[in-house]
Amino acid sequence: MLDAVLAILVLVGAFFTLVGSWGLAKMPDFFMRLHGPTKATTIGVGSVLVASALYFSFNTDGVSLHEVLVTLFLFMTAPVSAHMMAKAALHLRVKQVERTRSAVVESGVVNSYDGTPFRRKE
Amino acid sequence: MLNMVLPWAFGMVSLALLLSLYRLLVGPDVPDRILALDTLYLNTIALLVLFGLLQGSALYFEAALLIAVMGFVGTIALSKYLLRGDIME
Repeated sequence: MLDAVLAILVLVGAFFTLVGSWGLAKMPDFFMRLHGPTKATTIGVGSVLVASALYFSFNTDGVSLHEVLVTLFLFMTAPVSAHMMAKAALHLRVKQVERTRSAVVESGVVNSYDGTPFRRKE
Repeated sequence: MLNMVLPWAFGMVSLALLLSLYRLLVGPDVPDRILALDTLYLNTIALLVLFGLLQGSALYFEAALLIAVMGFVGTIALSKYLLRGDIME
């Protein structure tokens, strides 16, 4: 029973990791590419880590908490790093696909960096 | 059953590493390359944990935790450098 649960968790985790990287390689522009690694890969690695935590909790004496530490750390840091990368890309104005381009940002009325209206320096 | 599934999991994570490497080499802009590095370290953590499962050794989590911390700091430092032109202000 435990063996089957572990096998399913490992397989699902590896599959989601693969899907995240596939999205990273295939999507047309940066803001679409950001979706794959930040969501799919995080849940994939989390699933593999949960499988490992279960395995070592049942096969050694005592509960194994190292993996929970790594999982918590990854789930806390993934949104932060994604936010920082998106801010950097908006600041650099990387190329976007035509249909995801915002007319308001393109016209220069609002700042692409934080969405506030532009104010010229005196 | 786990021993039957592990080779497939290794194959899938290795393929994911190759796809991230492709984006690291091709990526047209600098943020793409930072994102590819971020994905590479996440995939490496998955591969290390799978290897720990295969060997039945709990020794690899310290390495995984170190990679997680250092990778996060690296991603934040590179993004901050792109954003401000400086890391510590």
